[in-house]
Amino acid sequence: MSEDISTPDPQFPIRVRDLVNAFGDQVVHESLDLDVRKGEILGVVGGSGTGKSVLMRSIIGLQIPHSGEIEVLGSSITSAQDDADIRIRSRWGVLFQGGALFSTLTVGENVEVPLREFYPEIHDTLRHEIARYKVQLSGLPAEAASKFPSELSGGMRKRAGLARALSLDPELLFLDEPTAGLDPIGAAAFDDLIHSLKETLGLTVFLITHDLDTLYAICDRVAVLADKRVIAIGTIPELLATDHPWIQEYFNGPRGRAALDTHDRAAAAPATATAG
Amino acid sequence: MAQTADFTIEPGSTGGDAGSDAGGGNLRFSGPLLVSTVGHIDSRLRHIEEPVGTIDLAGVERIDTVGAWVAWSLSQRLDAKLTGASTDAQRLIEAVSRAGTQGGAIERERLPWYLRVPAQVGDSVIGMGRGMLGVLGFFGQMVLGTATLLRHPGQFRMRALVHQMELVGVNALAIVGLMSFLVGIVIAQQGAVQLQQFGAEIYTVNLVGRLTLRELGILMTAIMVAGRSGSAFAAQLGTMKLTEEVDAMRTIGVSPMEALVLPRIAATMLMMPLLGVYSSVIGIIGGAFLASLTLGIPFLTFLSRIQEVVPLHDVWVGLLKGPVFGLIVAVSGCYQGMQVRNDAEEVGARTTGAVVMAIFTVIVLDAFFAVFFTEIGWG
Repeated sequence: MSEDISTPDPQFPIRVRDLVNAFGDQVVHESLDLDVRKGEILGVVGGSGTGKSVLMRSIIGLQIPHSGEIEVLGSSITSAQDDADIRIRSRWGVLFQGGALFSTLTVGENVEVPLREFYPEIHDTLRHEIARYKVQLSGLPAEAASKFPSELSGGMRKRAGLARALSLDPELLFLDEPTAGLDPIGAAAFDDLIHSLKETLGLTVFLITHDLDTLYAICDRVAVLADKRVIAIGTIPELLATDHPWIQEYFNGPRGRAALDTHDRAAAAPATATAG
Repeated sequence: MAQTADFTIEPGSTGGDAGSDAGGGNLRFSGPLLVSTVGHIDSRLRHIEEPVGTIDLAGVERIDTVGAWVAWSLSQRLDAKLTGASTDAQRLIEAVSRAGTQGGAIERERLPWYLRVPAQVGDSVIGMGRGMLGVLGFFGQMVLGTATLLRHPGQFRMRALVHQMELVGVNALAIVGLMSFLVGIVIAQQGAVQLQQFGAEIYTVNLVGRLTLRELGILMTAIMVAGRSGSAFAAQLGTMKLTEEVDAMRTIGVSPMEALVLPRIAATMLMMPLLGVYSSVIGIIGGAFLASLTLGIPFLTFLSRIQEVVPLHDVWVGLLKGPVFGLIVAVSGCYQGMQVRNDAEEVGARTTGAVVMAIFTVIVLDAFFAVFFTEIGWG
C-alpha cells in the first residue's frame, strides 16, 4: 500500500503516506497510510483517542504532521508552507463536530461566507439565491436562513454547518461525527441526506463516526484506526473476515449486532414488499 | 480557471426545433457552468428581455449545483424549456428545483435608519435601567453569599483566593510600577516648571507626595486593574457561561457565587490598597529621581522631605479608597461576565462594558471622596 504518490491519480482524491503525528511524547499516528477512492463514502472508525480527528485535521491542513506525505485532489498538503499555499480549499467542504458556525452571522450569511471569499464576482442576488437553495438542500426550512446559530437546535446547527460545507459545490466533503448528538430519527435523516447528496452531487465523503447505523446505512468502505495506523480498510463484510480483536469487538459487540439487525430489517423490508 | 462559461441567443426560428413551439429564440450555453464561472455571465443573463423558447445545455462540459440553479431559475423566469441536459445535469437540476421552491430572507430585517437611531437610544436607556437593577441584585447575592461564608468559613475557597491574588496583585507589580514611576516623573517635571516661576520648586516635593499618596496612586492603579483584571474576570466568566461550565457547577451543587465570584472580589479588594501604596511609593521615587537630576534636590533629601510635608491622613485617604475601588472593579467584571448568554460577540461586548463601567464608577466615586475627605477636615 505504500507505493509512491509523487504522480497524482484522479481515482484517489485523498492519499496519505507514512503519516506521523505526535504531541510531545505521545505518538498519535505512526506510518499511517490511507487511500480514499473517488465517489465513495469512507467511514473512519476507531476508539476514542486513536486520532480520527487529528487525521482529518492533518488532511485538511489544520494540523502540521511530524512527517509523512498527504496529497488531496492532486496537490500536496504537507509541502504547503502556509494557509495561502493550499489552493484547493475551494474544492472541499468541512463539517466540524459542533457545526462551528460563525455566531454573529445568520445561517444564510454563514453559507455566503465561502462564496464571498472565493468568488467575489458573484452578484448579491445570485449569492442570496444560492444560499437559500443550499439551506433547503441541507434539509432546513427556508426561514432558517435568517436565523442566528444560537437560535437553532443542535441538529439544525449540523445541517446549517453542512449547508456551509456544501456552499462551493465541493468535490470532497469532510464530516466529523455528523450524527453525534442527534436523535435516532434525525440521525437517520442526516444519513439519508448525505447519501442522496453524494449520489446527486458525486461527492467523495470522508466521514468520521461512532455511529454503527451510519456505517451500515451509507458507508461504501470503512477504515479502522487502531495501534496508531489504519489497521484495516474495506467493506463491512471484508472487515468482519479479519480477526483483529478490536474489529471483532466493534462489529460483534451488542451495539454492532443491533445495528446489523436494523440494517438487515431495513434491507429486507422493500424486498418482502415487492414479493408480496 | 482556464475556461469561462458563455451563452449565445439565436433569434426565434419558426421551423427549426420541434420543441420551440413558443416561437422564442434558443439560448445556448457553452463552456463549464460552475460556481467559479457563472459569476461573470449572471448579470447578463438577468437582463435578457427577448423571448427565449428553449435553453440548450448540450454545449455545457461540466455543471455543478450553482450552474444548475442558474439554468433552472433562468428557465423559470423566461418560461423556457431546458434541453440537451446530460443525465448529471438533469439530476442536479432536479435537486435544486426541489430545494429552491421557497423564498426567504438571508439577512435579518433591519429597521430604516430614521427608526433605528431612536430604537437604539431607547434600547440602551432600558438596558441601562435593567443593568442598574441587575448590579443591585448581583450585589445582594454577593452579600448573601458572604453571609453564608461567614457562617461556614470552612467553605471559603482559599486556593482560589490566593491564585486570584497572584493574578490581580503580584502579576501587576511590573506594569503598575513602571506606570507609577513615569507618572511620578511627569508630575515632578511639570510641577517644577510651574513652581520655578515663583522660585518655589522645593514645593515639588509636596506636590508629588500628596498627589500620589492621596489621589493618583490609587486612581491609576484602579484604572490599570480594571483594564487587566476586570476585563479578565468578564471574559473568563463569560466564556464559562457559554461553555456551560457555570451551569455544570450549579448542578453539582457548587455555587458559582462562592466558587468564582467571591474569591475574585476578595482578592481584588485585598490587593488594591497594597497596589495603591506600592504605586504611590514608586511614584514618589520617580519624582525624587527627576528632582535629583534636574532640580538639584538630592534623592534622599526629597524622600525625607516627603515625611515632613505629607500628613498621615493622606495615606489613610489612599488606603481607604483602595478596597472600595477594588470592589467596584471586581463586581463590574464579575457581573458583566455572568450576564453573557448567547454568543462570542457578547463576551466581547460585556468585557468592554465591564471596563467602562468600572473606570467610570471609580472616577465618579473618586470625585465624591475628594470632597468628602476635605469636608471632614482631612484636607
